[in-house]
Amino acid sequence: MQPEDFKSNDPIAWCPGCGNFGILTAMQKALSSLNKDPKDILLVSGIGQAAKLPHYIKVNCFNGLHGRALPVAAAAKMVNPELTVLVSTGDGDCYGEGGNHFLHNIRRNIDITVIVHNNQIYGLTKGQASPTTDQGYNTKIQREGVILNRFNSLALAIAAGCGFVARGFSRQTEDLAELIVKAVKHPGFSLVEVMQPCVSFNKVNTYDWYAERLYRVEEDNSFNPKDMQSALTRSFEWGEKIPLGLIYQSEDKTYQERIGKDKNPFLNQDNNAIEKIMEDFV
Amino acid sequence: MIEELNIRITGEAGQGMNTIGAVISKTFKEAGYYIFSHQDYMSRIRGGNNFYQIRVSTDAVHSPREKVDILIPLTAEALKIHEKSLNEEGIAIVDKKRFKIENCGDYFCIDFYNQADEAGGDDIYVNAVSAGILAALAGIDLDIVQQVLSDIFSSKGEKIVRNNKKAAELGFHKTKDTFDSARFQLKKGKESPRYLLTGKQTVGLGAISAGCKFYSAYPMSPSTGVMETVAQYADKFGIIVEQAEDEIAAVNMVIGASACGVRSMVSTSGGGFALMGEGISLAGMTETPLVVGNFQRPGPATGFPTRTEQADLNLVLGAGHGEFAKVIYAPGTIEESFYLTRRAFNIAEKYQIPVIILSDQFLADSARNIEKFDLDRDAIERDFLSAEEAKKIKEYKRYKLTSSGVSPRAIFSLINDVIYIDSDEHTEEGHITEDGAIRIAMVEKRYQKKMKLLNEEFIDPVVYNIEDADTIFLCFGSVFNVLKESLEVIDNKKLAMLHLPQVWPINQEKIKSKIKSAKKLYTIENNAEGQLAKLLRRETGVEVTGSILKYDGRPFTLDSLIRQITETIKS
Repeated sequence: MQPEDFKSNDPIAWCPGCGNFGILTAMQKALSSLNKDPKDILLVSGIGQAAKLPHYIKVNCFNGLHGRALPVAAAAKMVNPELTVLVSTGDGDCYGEGGNHFLHNIRRNIDITVIVHNNQIYGLTKGQASPTTDQGYNTKIQREGVILNRFNSLALAIAAGCGFVARGFSRQTEDLAELIVKAVKHPGFSLVEVMQPCVSFNKVNTYDWYAERLYRVEEDNSFNPKDMQSALTRSFEWGEKIPLGLIYQSEDKTYQERIGKDKNPFLNQDNNAIEKIMEDFV
Repeated sequence: MIEELNIRITGEAGQGMNTIGAVISKTFKEAGYYIFSHQDYMSRIRGGNNFYQIRVSTDAVHSPREKVDILIPLTAEALKIHEKSLNEEGIAIVDKKRFKIENCGDYFCIDFYNQADEAGGDDIYVNAVSAGILAALAGIDLDIVQQVLSDIFSSKGEKIVRNNKKAAELGFHKTKDTFDSARFQLKKGKESPRYLLTGKQTVGLGAISAGCKFYSAYPMSPSTGVMETVAQYADKFGIIVEQAEDEIAAVNMVIGASACGVRSMVSTSGGGFALMGEGISLAGMTETPLVVGNFQRPGPATGFPTRTEQADLNLVLGAGHGEFAKVIYAPGTIEESFYLTRRAFNIAEKYQIPVIILSDQFLADSARNIEKFDLDRDAIERDFLSAEEAKKIKEYKRYKLTSSGVSPRAIFSLINDVIYIDSDEHTEEGHITEDGAIRIAMVEKRYQKKMKLLNEEFIDPVVYNIEDADTIFLCFGSVFNVLKESLEVIDNKKLAMLHLPQVWPINQEKIKSKIKSAKKLYTIENNAEGQLAKLLRRETGVEVTGSILKYDGRPFTLDSLIRQITETIKS
């Protein structure tokens, strides 16, 4: 299939120049190269600009509540393991409102791919600080600048046991598409955080700001993404140099392997004759 | 010979109250009696004071009594607390040495801790000793007790079974030899219903039998028993039981699973239900079938975590922001908990709406022996587009506008098109819209049209004595049994009752036609506000004369309600 086959006819409601366009292109490219029928792919989102993305792609979509994409996606994969499940979420949706689900679905190692559009700002609510906004950044609410620590999502994901942790850049759509494909193929929870400038509300973290700082980790021959210590070290890099690409990968049993691969509630819906257990209650 | 015996076993948490309660209930059931048991426990794992009360009768019984005939305290403290709950003819069974009591007086003194020690060298065998004592007092064969002990402890190995049987035997013979139990001897039991079940187990079994294949919840008393029941049989029926990180995750997981065409359920109590509010609204907006159990306990906030109340009626009526159709069932009995859970799955799927089952701690934790389930009643009716039907559709619209308000529901992968499900206001295709005309059509689809159909699905109120009555008592949920039994005892043709197994939506004609002859109407509720009375006034215009309300965290007992009804009709 071609990327065009994954375009929906829904008009796009993002600002012109939004970093999300690059992610959309990369997603369509990645999904088209998976060799899967759109009807067998489910894209789940919550609320925010990132959450609109599933409407622009021709696969199944569940656009739910703010912060709650992960529980919906995880349960969909649990009951129908044949579905390829991805989540399109943002820094506020995933790390703020949905932080608890982020932690615990990593623990489940449920086989879904989570793509976080990280623009370090709240776009849809017009420019308040997000969990990933840098300290000192001024907004209409954080008038003296953000005083909270920046949420280090990659380090946290590695520490929580996430087996696929990557960072992409929305301007580099080819690389990003490749990362997304790798993430989908990785068995277990995979995180792809995409640096994605908000052209309307983030005047600091612009395309140029990222382009000057982002570097490909794989360019360093000594770097091994399977080594947790080096991955953690890279995940703490921020400021002058920001690592890009596959930061960490390890294999662990997926949720489905842990509960027994044969569990497929979707295909097993007629098994409900309770007569056979009633003698337990005499 | 007597026809009814009320027994209370009490002690600290951790002394095995649940096990002894099960042993005794089962023993009397096997001996052919009807059982009603309920539990009163504190929010702690060790210490404090808990009790397990069992009503045994030669006829069907449905509610707890205020006082008991036999009190078995396992500590001196428990004796002190519960002594006043004995009937005049009642007796407390006391281990003089252990409780450090000088004079036996009116107690039946028996060294049951010594016997426990003799049987197995551990205090825990006091439970089996007590079962033996009770059998001797009530005139039940020792064989029956010993068989029950074998059944219950068989998984723990031969030695444990042997010790328990020995303990029961010691208690049984010592009682026979030293106590004249004539006044506690029960008339011989006939054959009584076979299945001994609690109100939480029947919700769990109802869900399993309705084809529930995904259950997610966050543990919260008194709802956790439902999750335990489903988890116990998860392997046998291919169910995924997932303990969620919080209630918000639980309800969203259930919605996600349900959107995939798999019947799913979540249960909680008031606090957890409050957290699920947005999820319930999501089910309403996305038109995803959702079944939620709310097992009430007294609030506000943490309240009385292990006790009972019916104060969440307002909460569930208002659950979820915005306007959308939903249904609320309030089962009154252990059996109704089963059938209404099955029905909840059918209605949720047929109308693509949230359905709430409103139970409470009292109903969840009480047990009765009941007849075999009628599995033809509220049998599974699946309602989605099969792969075969879906083949005929070219361009699928998840929210296609129809005259009924219900759109044919396709399932991911079962249709050769993609499906868009959306929590924003959406077009028929499921894409975000801000169009006012579409908004009106969608609101009417989700609310007015579905509510109209649901009005036809209203479950008839359950009535008793209603023909010649001039005073009618109205209730919902767990008050049903105790109210009905109270009226049976009072036996006055002028007094009637009406129980609402469905509290939303209300079909006003069906209620009004039943109560129109009444001169006086009272609601009986386990809350302080009279929430049912207010609901009736709002929905039917009917104003009640008054309400009998109880909000001490404990259920109505047969005796207390009879007193309150008698006083109410006098005034």
